[in-house]
Amino acid sequence: MTVTEERPSAEAPEKEVGKARRRKEDARLITGKTTWTDNMVLPGMLHIAVVRSPVAHAKITNVDVSAAQQAPGIIAVFTGRDFAEEQGSIPCAWPVTPDMVNPGHPSVAVEEVNHVGEAVAVIVGRSKSAAQDAVELVDVDYDQLPVVLDMESAVGQQPHLCHDHLASNESFRFVFDAGEAGTGVDTEQAFADADVVVSRRFVQQRLIPAFMEPRSVVVSPQGDNFTLWSSTQVPHILRLMLAMVTGTPEHKLRVIAPDVGGGFGGKLQVTPEEVLSLLVAKRLGKPVKWTETRSESLMSAHHGRDQIQYIDIAADREGNVKGLKVHILSDMGAYLRLVSPGVPVLGAFMYVGIYKFPAYRFDCQGIFTNKVPTDAYRGAGRPEATFAIERIMDELAVELGMDPLELRRKNWIGAEEFPFTTAAGLEYDSGDYEQATQQALQLLGYDELRAEQRRRRESNDPVQLGIGFSTFTEMCGLAPSRVLGSLSYGAGGWEHASIRMLPTGKVEVVTGSTPHGQGHETAWSQLVADQLGVPFEDVEVLHGDTSISSRGLDTYGSRSLVVGGAAVVNAAQKVIAKARKVAAHLLEASEDDLEFANGSFAVRGTPGTGLSIQEIALATFAAHNFPDGVEPSIDADATFDPVNFSFPHGTHICAMEVDTETGRVKIRKYACVDDVGKIVNPLIVEGQVHGGLAQGIAQALYEEAVYDADGNLTTGTFVDYLVPSAADLPHFDTGNTVHEAPGNPIGAKGVGEAGCIASTPAVVNAALDAVRHLGVTDIRMPLTPERVWRAIKDGGDGGGRATAGTTAYGGASTETTTGVSTDESSLGGDR
Amino acid sequence: MTQVNVRVDGVSYSDDVEPRTLLVHYLREQLGKVGTVVGCDTSNCGACTVHLDGEAVKSCTVFAVQADGSEVTTIEGIAPEGSLHPMQKAFHEMHGLQCGFCTPGMIMASIDLVNDNPNPSEDEVREGIEGNLCRCTGYQNIVRAVQQAAAEMNPTGAQA
Repeated sequence: MTVTEERPSAEAPEKEVGKARRRKEDARLITGKTTWTDNMVLPGMLHIAVVRSPVAHAKITNVDVSAAQQAPGIIAVFTGRDFAEEQGSIPCAWPVTPDMVNPGHPSVAVEEVNHVGEAVAVIVGRSKSAAQDAVELVDVDYDQLPVVLDMESAVGQQPHLCHDHLASNESFRFVFDAGEAGTGVDTEQAFADADVVVSRRFVQQRLIPAFMEPRSVVVSPQGDNFTLWSSTQVPHILRLMLAMVTGTPEHKLRVIAPDVGGGFGGKLQVTPEEVLSLLVAKRLGKPVKWTETRSESLMSAHHGRDQIQYIDIAADREGNVKGLKVHILSDMGAYLRLVSPGVPVLGAFMYVGIYKFPAYRFDCQGIFTNKVPTDAYRGAGRPEATFAIERIMDELAVELGMDPLELRRKNWIGAEEFPFTTAAGLEYDSGDYEQATQQALQLLGYDELRAEQRRRRESNDPVQLGIGFSTFTEMCGLAPSRVLGSLSYGAGGWEHASIRMLPTGKVEVVTGSTPHGQGHETAWSQLVADQLGVPFEDVEVLHGDTSISSRGLDTYGSRSLVVGGAAVVNAAQKVIAKARKVAAHLLEASEDDLEFANGSFAVRGTPGTGLSIQEIALATFAAHNFPDGVEPSIDADATFDPVNFSFPHGTHICAMEVDTETGRVKIRKYACVDDVGKIVNPLIVEGQVHGGLAQGIAQALYEEAVYDADGNLTTGTFVDYLVPSAADLPHFDTGNTVHEAPGNPIGAKGVGEAGCIASTPAVVNAALDAVRHLGVTDIRMPLTPERVWRAIKDGGDGGGRATAGTTAYGGASTETTTGVSTDESSLGGDR
Repeated sequence: MTQVNVRVDGVSYSDDVEPRTLLVHYLREQLGKVGTVVGCDTSNCGACTVHLDGEAVKSCTVFAVQADGSEVTTIEGIAPEGSLHPMQKAFHEMHGLQCGFCTPGMIMASIDLVNDNPNPSEDEVREGIEGNLCRCTGYQNIVRAVQQAAAEMNPTGAQA
């Protein structure tokens, strides 16, 4: 039967999936014809400026706004008291334990402030400059309280309290024990029986997402309806949460994310400023805009990471791992935001990495400190887990005198063992760690670099060379709704798509996933072009507007293609199924006799009978000749809820030069081979890997949010917070293996976070490999020249310098903007 | 208020501005040239880069009044409507952008770089654009884009 079939058209067009399509969205982005939220101007629009606390912890005893109210161009000034009844609390959607303590998070402080940068008043002016000028005129009296900054002190003996009405600084304690869960053996027993136990304390410094587009919100009231534009990753979640927080009926609120200039988790939030902008627009009945300055962004938008990790690994003498114990302190900052507590919990299931641990225990305390809240930042929990396991594997290798790669190979899951359920209870879907590793070694030129390392070691070269590995996996495709439910998350993890067939045969694809640089418009067009057999150019992708895209759960957690793209494919399949009925009617054939290929239905074995799906779209629009009992529409919706996560993996290898005389580190070569499943657009995939690498390397080498002893953020500008420039980063050699994900119709695994998750430990392992023979066992991130030099000179991790006056986990404060360095200064980077 | 006379993207303007008005705010708020964006407040990110009399400047570091009598070119004025400058084309071809927020400034800085150095090496491009921050791309494709555009802008550059 199959051999005699004829194709309806002579030549099948080239498949779109797999093609390095140049991006559709570039057309507006490279010409300056963009719709950033801050570009919006509405008639009569007022401008908001926020008065922020200069102190980290205090009771507010008085707020005098009289001078500001009388300043030129000022329309209104609001304090916390003005909004106390209606502002509710910034929502936390992830109560990770039933007894989690949530102190509540007012958008504008009423009684007390708990971190520097917290809003204490809102000024509304006719112009942005008028509003900003009046910020200086608001006089706030603060009765200062002791500040809590260091997590280990915060859980120590008789600590000061971050919130004086709470019993302690602990928000929650989340424990996962594989023995209790039935996914592993008893951890204590495993450690008791082990030949070797290695214990380390790692510090995940505080980071700032630092998206390039500062946050911006515009609200336009129309009667009792409100339209809110925001530079957000999550317009759908934002709409729901704003409705719940402010009591605005959900159907009276439309949220639009126009062009959004990066997010990296930093715009996965319901922000105080979004709530306040809505409240001000409601109060005044006028359109309002708030756009932050970079300094405001760094001091008040949520931060990321900030964990102290106590890791114990157990093994036998031959290098077979026997158990892993993880205890972490995770800094929540002063409040819980949208998914603050969920970030470390997302990591909970990834600490075992790609290794076959028989025993595993995870114990996490969420701690309040008087700092800006932490929340999602690219990788969210998984970079921390990957860092810990990939660093401790190296430490174990050193302890056992084994090659770090051999130790990994001995313990990782074999290609033939998939699907594999880990001690953390996750079922890894597919992959081949050996294959990725072999390719990465080749890309790097491993043998040659190892030989050079030996030569430099033997000749006592002041510049030593090290090679570091990270053989990682991550969980993507957030997330199966049932799993989220079991983890007490406040929503599901499905994604929605609609396909509209227009009369001219053009196609509108509506996705609930909201891009901010990922290229959905291009990739989704490729998917639909293949599914429906229509030209790539005939597909338009719509997103980010709750009135257009009625259902969605937005973009984060490398979920867009894996979940959102799957919904698009399923919707396309439904369109084809509907069109098939119409085609059968028009071709006067049985549905069963029709085949659909390259965009056309044809009767099997009858050449020349083709009817394209685009022609069917027109016939459906006219509906003059339609089958009985069939509604005249071939449009379709689909909602996809994954049954499992997907598990991209890869091998990242960094070769690092360390100047032992100056402490300068320089990445000599970086090679990685990632398996992200099916690749829809190799250009976009490579770009995502590059960007992730840049951020992961930046954690290892450059970035750290530093607070001084009073709780002031001393890295509050791009002068001090070292987002790397082109000159600070190396060339990346990237490659792929492909093991498709069985859990979605595309076979994709997700790529948005891979580079960021994998790279950090590879870089640190490489630096340590270069100087271990000099007695260095750890160097605290970021690996500033100073820390590297101190670690070489004094031992320790280089971070042990007098820490009085800072919570920088290592004493580094920053160079001042005037370039004056003191003993306590210099992060060592330059710009 | 001070009067400023300036030619922006080929059009002459005469406006009253507060003396403290930054060029970028004048461009965005008074002229509607919102293709040029503001990314920081310390002249580190370069998102606001434009050409002032043919040289790249960070327009957040120039007062509008300093541009008096000058010619300003923004991302919106480097190619006639409907066509692309070789640098724009190269950024598109090489996937030198993701979210696109840094892109206008990055393109303006890169054009200036190639004007000064018609055939830059990878390291020279990296050094040349270090005043412009990108958080998305890791810069590798930007470097490729600048080198490709350089080849197109200066066909004989390779021999130079």
